[in-house]
Amino acid sequence: MSEFGNFCLLLAFCLALYGLFASLIGAAARQHRIVRSAERAALGAGVSIALAVGSLIYLLLTSDFSVAHVASTTNRDLPAYYKIAALWGGHDGSMVLWCFVTALFSCIAIYQNRYRYRDMMPYVVAVLMANLAFFLCLNLFFANPFNQLVQVNADGTMEKFLPRDGRGLNPSLQYWAMVIHPPILYHGFIGFVVPFAFAIAALVTRQLGDAWIRTIRRWTLVPWLLLGVGLILGGKWAYVELGWGGYWGWDPVENSSLMPWLTATAFLHSVIVQERKGMLKVWNVLLITITFLLGIFGTFITRSGIVGSVHAFAESSLGPFLVGYMSVMLCISLYLILDRLPYLKSEHKLDSVVSRESAFLFNNLVLLIACFSIFWGVMFPVFSEWVRGTKMTVGPPFFNNVNIPIGLFLLFLTGVGPLFAWRKTSLESLKKAFVWPVAFSLVAAVALVAAGMRSFYAVMSFTLCVFVVATIVQEFYKGASVRSRNTGEGMGAALVNLTLRNKRRYGGYIVHFGVVVIFVGLTGNAFNQEAMQTLQRGQSLELGRYSLKLMDYAEGDDPNYAWARLTLEAYQDGKLLKVMRPEKRAYKFGDQQTTTEVELHSTPREDLYVIYVGPANDGSGHEVKVFVNPLVFWVWAGTIVLILGTFVTLLPDRKGAFATQQATLGEAPVLDEPAQIK
Amino acid sequence: MKFVVGGLVIVAALGYLGFVGMQESKAYYITVDEFHTMKGQLQGKTCKVAGDVVEGSIDRTRKPLEFTISHQGKSLKVQYVGKDVLPDTFKDGSKAVVEGTIAQDGRFEARHIEAKCASKYEAEYQKKGT
Repeated sequence: MSEFGNFCLLLAFCLALYGLFASLIGAAARQHRIVRSAERAALGAGVSIALAVGSLIYLLLTSDFSVAHVASTTNRDLPAYYKIAALWGGHDGSMVLWCFVTALFSCIAIYQNRYRYRDMMPYVVAVLMANLAFFLCLNLFFANPFNQLVQVNADGTMEKFLPRDGRGLNPSLQYWAMVIHPPILYHGFIGFVVPFAFAIAALVTRQLGDAWIRTIRRWTLVPWLLLGVGLILGGKWAYVELGWGGYWGWDPVENSSLMPWLTATAFLHSVIVQERKGMLKVWNVLLITITFLLGIFGTFITRSGIVGSVHAFAESSLGPFLVGYMSVMLCISLYLILDRLPYLKSEHKLDSVVSRESAFLFNNLVLLIACFSIFWGVMFPVFSEWVRGTKMTVGPPFFNNVNIPIGLFLLFLTGVGPLFAWRKTSLESLKKAFVWPVAFSLVAAVALVAAGMRSFYAVMSFTLCVFVVATIVQEFYKGASVRSRNTGEGMGAALVNLTLRNKRRYGGYIVHFGVVVIFVGLTGNAFNQEAMQTLQRGQSLELGRYSLKLMDYAEGDDPNYAWARLTLEAYQDGKLLKVMRPEKRAYKFGDQQTTTEVELHSTPREDLYVIYVGPANDGSGHEVKVFVNPLVFWVWAGTIVLILGTFVTLLPDRKGAFATQQATLGEAPVLDEPAQIK
Repeated sequence: MKFVVGGLVIVAALGYLGFVGMQESKAYYITVDEFHTMKGQLQGKTCKVAGDVVEGSIDRTRKPLEFTISHQGKSLKVQYVGKDVLPDTFKDGSKAVVEGTIAQDGRFEARHIEAKCASKYEAEYQKKGT
């Protein structure tokens, strides 16, 4: 089976190479049939990789420990679903998954456009296949998951080696969010290859109008969403599994997946300016290139071991290849952009600072600064070693100092941007648009300070959240009431139809609302509390409104691990809330790793987070650590709103509505609404 | 024009905040052997020292907890004075990065510890061009 998988990978590699050259030759010779054959080869490569993945899953499920990847990531007793998840539980296997996702996206994009953009498609195919061939090459020759275990004998000969059992999947990876987190993140990272390929094709064919921008809108939204969800799932995993009480630590690996998300967010906003005003063309091509490269950079950080990270699951020899690949892609795109500069001229100029365009520009500026600051922080050890010969690192205070104000400024822009008119906003319309949101947020600010909140950033953040929510509600209300007056629909129906008529705009507002909810959750960090204490049976630990009383201690055995467990009664304001059983596990296979099983009581107001640290050194009892983390719930809740909002913007257009959307490009100011309905 | 001015103000303000944050959290990142050669210039400065936890060196009976890390034949005695719970991966033989400062008596006081299981992460520490 491993030979078959290997063969499939090799076949896919050859097909991808064929696709790359055939599409280029076909385009140069204007031979449609050759281009077609390249597209078929691409689909063939996809099928071939799918078969390779299938055979690796088969090997994992049947516990064929002669294969190195299977032996190092699974053991016999592992549940079947974790055996499948072990596909991406190690470096080599995760590369196959990466190639599979790449092929999947490439094939869908090629199939979807098989009758469209005939002049651009050969170059799209070429970029996609070059990318696929590169990663397949790494996969085949430097990170092959089908490699067999061998044993070197004393006389230097080698023979096959079959261990009795595997080393097992790293226990801290055995959690639902971790099972789906890597594939989702990969889709996010690699998905930007499609918009990137279209950008390159548009540059090569000099078709730099709106066509390519509109084609890739969904192709940018989907990876953007997946990357965002992947980030949050990673946070959820860290929160529940690692037991340090937080979900974000500015770790290099976390940072490197945040960077492409920030630039993609900037791109999603700046394309609107290009569609409406024909501005920022160079900027948009650059942004999508940067986003794609940052996706590769993320892989580079995770796999090269260039900077130390708690998450880096593999250190491998791929680093130099990835750097080379990024440099080549960057040079090609920069050359094309510079060469096609005359075609990328702006059709309009910026008129006023108080305009929609300028809100978008500021949004882009600070998102890029955020991205740059994170890049700087991640790469600081490398830079400082180049310059001064010693490695230096920067920590969370640096990232927080820069990014908290940026976050607040973005929140502010989220509120004001949609209310500004294009070109120029008159004082009159400003007053009208902002009266209620400003009033609400002032009341909120006063109330928060009066209630005793003294943290400047927290007050700012909550005030801005109220402000943004007020503007969003006002937008929906205005639109719906105009619609209901014109069509005679009830408010509810008007609200739904309004959203469906203009999915991009109102879906966007729902996404904004989700972001606000996430910000509420993040702001809760300002009020985190923690306590640690050694308890004997019957003793209690007090923290905030909570009191935890140690009732019992027990030890036991499970096929996979030995456990030690505390039983604690948690009281809230003196009343029994629930019984909590934090646990410590020592796994028996592989590295005999110990893990902390967190006990969590989550409510919209705050999380009660309890871990068992271990028996006290002097035998005087058991050490318990407790965190009270306010508002964490809203980070997860906001993510769900964000997903729903993105789904709304992704809904397919009805045939009739499509024409209107194309005409207005989905971004008409509210006052145009009646005209649209007529 | 106004946009450029606004942009510059934002860049300058954030640049300043970033600079302050960097001064606050900047730390040398070195291995145990480098620590010994650079000891003179590290007094009073925050550094992160990387090394392997020496088998059997973790002394949990003491408060604060003590252990030794080593790299390329050199070793360093560390006292953990931080408040965070030690990570599950911290044990005999694991690769640890300790963050802290040199104390008055010459020992290393760590406020933060990161650790990785040795066998799962077989790669060597980054080789330096020394």
